[in-house]
Amino acid sequence: MSDTTNQLLDNLNALATGLFLLTAFGIVAMRQVRGCLNLFIIQSLLLAASAALLGLRHGSEHLYGVALVNLISKPIIVPWLLRRTVSAEIYTRREIDQVLNIPTALLIALALTILSYFLAQPLLGAVAPEFRGPNVPIGIAGLLLGAFTLTVRREALPLLIGLLVMENGAFLTGISISRNLPLLVELAIATDGLIIVFISGVLIRAVQKHIGTTAVGELASLKERDAEPATTETIK
Amino acid sequence: MSKSILFNLIQVLVVMVFAPLASGVLSRIKEIVQSKRGPSIFQPYRDLWKLFHKDEIVSEDSSWIFRFTPYIVFVTPIFVATLIPVLTSYPLFFAFMGDMIGGGFVLALGGFFATLAAVDTANPYGPIGASRTRMVGFLAEPVFMIVFFTVSFVAGSTIPYIVQEKWVTPLANFFTPSHVLLMLSFLMLILAEGGRIPVDNPTGHFELAMIDESKSLEYSGRGFALMKWGGQMKFFVLMCIFLNVLVTPWGLAGAHTLGAVILAIPFVLFKIFCFLLVLVVIESSLSKLRLFRITEFLGAAFIISVAAMIAQIFLP
Repeated sequence: MSDTTNQLLDNLNALATGLFLLTAFGIVAMRQVRGCLNLFIIQSLLLAASAALLGLRHGSEHLYGVALVNLISKPIIVPWLLRRTVSAEIYTRREIDQVLNIPTALLIALALTILSYFLAQPLLGAVAPEFRGPNVPIGIAGLLLGAFTLTVRREALPLLIGLLVMENGAFLTGISISRNLPLLVELAIATDGLIIVFISGVLIRAVQKHIGTTAVGELASLKERDAEPATTETIK
Repeated sequence: MSKSILFNLIQVLVVMVFAPLASGVLSRIKEIVQSKRGPSIFQPYRDLWKLFHKDEIVSEDSSWIFRFTPYIVFVTPIFVATLIPVLTSYPLFFAFMGDMIGGGFVLALGGFFATLAAVDTANPYGPIGASRTRMVGFLAEPVFMIVFFTVSFVAGSTIPYIVQEKWVTPLANFFTPSHVLLMLSFLMLILAEGGRIPVDNPTGHFELAMIDESKSLEYSGRGFALMKWGGQMKFFVLMCIFLNVLVTPWGLAGAHTLGAVILAIPFVLFKIFCFLLVLVVIESSLSKLRLFRITEFLGAAFIISVAAMIAQIFLP
């Protein structure tokens, strides 16, 4: 392929990863459960786009497979699974709180992103020059931001989405450093993600049924109310 | 050189003449979207004409700041219009005097005096609006800085004539993440600085909810006309920076002839019309944020601008 086409593909891939980073920030800051889920869907689409562009760039059909698996499993099956397992009440719930206020959370997220740049440096030194795209640092940033979402959210569904963002970040790194990921592994990982969603959905449903809320951050204070172990039974 | 000065004059005239038209078109489209008929697109001109023929009342207790401010608010966008590419893609006579940061500071000067004047008359609503504008201002300031730093980091310069070349040569550069993220965060800045909807409602007439409007509450007659016209020109200039430098550097006059410069006017107006359509979509689909949510809005703009810079570092 010609040089200008390659440059265009590189830039489009960089754009997809840049927007990927932006959606990860959005998931940290979003106030609505529904918004979080929508951002996650957009993020998965961007991940698929990045995989397809890299596949086109390096002429690798394995990456097309990755894009296809991502396109089907995350933007379509995950919301469907959540809709089936988690009741509509959680879907329509408007505002969710955070441990930190949103500007602080965003600033910490920013620091994590800069950290990811330094974490990516030794990795980038180890791979061949044509794989040194922005995917590796931004994938690591996605991983860190997903973990950060897990720590600051108190609501069950955003916690689950944080977990999935971590997976997306790992994927984004993976597709850039290896051209020939076996499709079997891809399928296994995708199924794994779906099973995580399913189990967590059932768990969220059980929690909601027993204590009437999905604000899992409250569970810690629930335990402290009386010292008897009886309270843990109510959670179960 | 005389040609250069002539082109500069044309640029300033375009900004002066078409700024009210842009605001008229914007309000008309917005009303049409809301299933209303709305005023004519030439209504802002009629308003200005009417205000210039009315008596001006100035409070006895106000100082010279109150009397001077309309002129400063009116003149600063004109200054900026001589610095930035409004019609031409090559620098004109005054362009050596300042880059984008300089233009930002000149615009901020007008805002600064408008704030002082609002406090000057001791009208209770003026200081409320003034302090709110400062709040939006100081939250927007770091974003402006980061945007300009990122621009200079990516393009190697903050002179708008060099920057606009950078985004489209080669065309693939248009799609770099830093460029797209910069556009996004600058758009949010324009919404905040121009007092558009997620931050401030420009058509609201309830004093307690005003941010931008309440600064000119005390003005009447000619002073009010100048404040209004100045505000419209400031918005027009911001749109010109956004469209001609950051988003679509096409359609500007490349040749040093009068014909090319005149021909660029409809192109620029068309670009601004398209941008106004986008603005109408934004304004009609969002609601005004609560005052303390503005922090989050501009915080998001800040994050996006920093992400633009980081994305540039991440590129190999």
